[in-house]
Amino acid sequence: MADATAKHVDAHGHPTGWRRYVYSTNHKDIGTMYLIFAIIAGIIGGVLSGFMRWELAEPGIQIFKGLAAMVYGYEGDAAIDGGKQMFNVFTTAHGLIMVFFMVMPALIGGFGNWFVPIMIGAPDMAFPRMNNISFWLLPAAFTLLLMSLFFEGPPGLYGAGVGWTVYAPLSTTANPGPAVDFAILSLHLAGASSILGAINFITTIFNMRAPGMTMHKMPLFVWSILVTVFLLLLSLPVLAGAITMLLTDRNFGTTFFDPEGGGDPVLYQHLFWFFGHPEVYVLILPGFGIVSHIVSTFSKKPVFGYLGMVYAMIAIGFVGFIVWAHHMYTTGLSLNVQRYFVAATMVIAVPTGVKIFSWLATMWGGSISFRTPMLWALGFIFLFTVGGVTGVVLANAGADRVLHDTYYVVAHFHYTMSMGATFGVFAGWYYWYPKMFGIMYNEALANLHFWTLFIGANVVFFPQHFLGLAGMPRRYIDYPDAYALWNMVSSVGYLITLLSMFIFIWVIIESRMKKRVAGDNPWGEGATTLEWTLSSPPPFHQFETLPRIK
Amino acid sequence: MQIISSRIKCYCEKLIQSIISVFAFAVIILPQSVLAQAQQDPLGYAVPGQIDLMGSVTTIMDSIRVFHNGLLMPIITAIVIFVTVIMAYILIRFNEKANPVPSKTTHHVGLEVAWTVLPIVVLVVIAVPSFGILADQVTIPDGERKYLGSNIFSMGDVEVPAPGLTVKVTGVQWAWQYDYVDYEGADYSSYMLNDAERAELKPNEPRLLATDFDMVIPVDTTVRVQVTSAVVIHAFTVPSFGIKIDAVPGRLNETWFNVRKTGMYYGQCSELCGRDHAFMPISVRVVSKEEFAAWIAAVETDGVESALSVLTPIT
Repeated sequence: MADATAKHVDAHGHPTGWRRYVYSTNHKDIGTMYLIFAIIAGIIGGVLSGFMRWELAEPGIQIFKGLAAMVYGYEGDAAIDGGKQMFNVFTTAHGLIMVFFMVMPALIGGFGNWFVPIMIGAPDMAFPRMNNISFWLLPAAFTLLLMSLFFEGPPGLYGAGVGWTVYAPLSTTANPGPAVDFAILSLHLAGASSILGAINFITTIFNMRAPGMTMHKMPLFVWSILVTVFLLLLSLPVLAGAITMLLTDRNFGTTFFDPEGGGDPVLYQHLFWFFGHPEVYVLILPGFGIVSHIVSTFSKKPVFGYLGMVYAMIAIGFVGFIVWAHHMYTTGLSLNVQRYFVAATMVIAVPTGVKIFSWLATMWGGSISFRTPMLWALGFIFLFTVGGVTGVVLANAGADRVLHDTYYVVAHFHYTMSMGATFGVFAGWYYWYPKMFGIMYNEALANLHFWTLFIGANVVFFPQHFLGLAGMPRRYIDYPDAYALWNMVSSVGYLITLLSMFIFIWVIIESRMKKRVAGDNPWGEGATTLEWTLSSPPPFHQFETLPRIK
Repeated sequence: MQIISSRIKCYCEKLIQSIISVFAFAVIILPQSVLAQAQQDPLGYAVPGQIDLMGSVTTIMDSIRVFHNGLLMPIITAIVIFVTVIMAYILIRFNEKANPVPSKTTHHVGLEVAWTVLPIVVLVVIAVPSFGILADQVTIPDGERKYLGSNIFSMGDVEVPAPGLTVKVTGVQWAWQYDYVDYEGADYSSYMLNDAERAELKPNEPRLLATDFDMVIPVDTTVRVQVTSAVVIHAFTVPSFGIKIDAVPGRLNETWFNVRKTGMYYGQCSELCGRDHAFMPISVRVVSKEEFAAWIAAVETDGVESALSVLTPIT
């Protein structure tokens, strides 16, 4: 088999060396590049958060004064102001990197590219060359974002310290320097990359399914990607419009968001969150898909309530578009508008609950083996439940009044993102690692990775609920002394997650050194989707003869 | 470089100490401090190790505390425990060893209907008081409307008088300006005191929260707050009052409070506004009606700086 594959591939004369990747039109090579990119971006984003937790370990300004002096060359007390700005720049970059350059590339670009074509029995994506440009726009976008750190933002200060939301007028009149322009252009490129990717996935899934693979037989991961890319396709143009208006407000004298010319800063928030809320489902939905596969595989049972799962995702996607202003309860929305967004937001709890309960029911009656991917999936379900219920609290504008913009919100979205989405990423990584690379990792080490991250992330983020309830606002470089205790606990937790990241990298290195052969299907009878019928790693081009689905 | 490395070393030592103290805290002090908190809710500003909402001095915060502590927290805790217990049971009962042959069940209509309908019932139970307290927060009292207070499942029986004072609050980078619109010349800025200034002027007030000139408010009086901003968006909040409202350039947002207890209450800017976002606190001094009358008269005649002498010092 291996020989036959090799001969076939040579007959086509596909490029080798650096050309294989830079010119790649192969969905698996592109998927691998996305994954490597996500790992690099994740490490950078994680280091940024490390500096923030280091700073916040104790009251006062300790770290960023010296950091600003080292990086930007401030002298004396100017370094304090430089450090304050730098902290805001770090929160901004951390958020943007984790959203646009870690989670999205890993789940959609990485696992989506790798497994959507295989799972539907297609030889590749519908538009392979567009796939290439989708990927290569990302390093360019990332470079622009990193460059923004070193350009002037507010007068005399560096970087775009405007939050990942880039609210006007902070991002317009208060930051005249070019740093924010770089950040905006970075988002434009990342957005273009995602829109092209979305078009590619939609076309692939609608048109390239193997004979017999009806929509209602599609694996849940494919469904999750389909819903995700529809969200991207519909929401990203709104973001692109909003940040283009920011650009023209900044550079060409328009006043879309400036009340002096008849504009309105709150308009920007509506536009941003019309994108921003679907975006958070973009981050979590592929994780839903991955977890469904893993739970089913290791329970050796088909997914419970398949149709319910599919339509729950569609419902989440749909409702996700009509709840955006729950991020804006304190902007002065009228009573009726707030009432509507409270009701609509709480509705999301229902399909989300359906998913949680369906995963539990899939396991019920199963014959569960606790392999590494299963641990991550179980961790995902637990953590997403915790993150989900605090979402129900925040959905109530009445309760959000005291929690808005506090660490409670930070804890909430990190339970869903840093632990939900990221545990989904690692679950997929360990589930498909033997398939993608043909080698098996050391499961004991990988389990250690799980436990350290599970404990570490909980120690980081659980105390932040306390801080938020006690009123500590987010995006603060310094805080009143009463908040010292839980901030210290949170920072200690970061050290545990740091250890966890070293273990993660060691798992990869160790598996490369040992080169244990994984076999076509390391997970046994429960793994029923098409990727497990192929060799590990799969041939350069799979499904020369299309598989027939019964 | 040497300074940095010694700082790192110093930091590491502190960190180790802190880790030890954290564990000690978890075992010994935490249960006690939680008990202590149950007896006395923190008012004005947070207490070390606080894990709960601030104490309340307004009708609005009464509602929020009961809504959160009495309804939302129990429900979400129950949900998490419920899911955890089921998961634990599944992992024990249906693991490979205990259950070698998996079942093939993939549907159960009754179950699926149940776990769709039951959450809706729970959400409706949450929504009823939620809408009530939301309406309370957004509606400025007219003297006749009744407010919910602690009784969030009632139709409302707390009376609140119509506003007796209006203060216009303007956020600037990075301070708050207070304008008592009913009085002549009663407008001033409120800047955070740095450590040196605080030690000299207000040694009894907390770091990062003390300001040079507080917003002074009479007790038991409904205050209408109109909030706007000069350049970027800020957010005006006082947790113990249960209020938070964005200060948006070009808009005049409104909220209200009626404080029943004199004292100092603090809040911190709650919308990212640039470099000194963390350093523009809101400090509200609630005084008796007589003291307020004397203070505002002094402000009108002699200005806010001289009027400080009218106020009782904070101890």
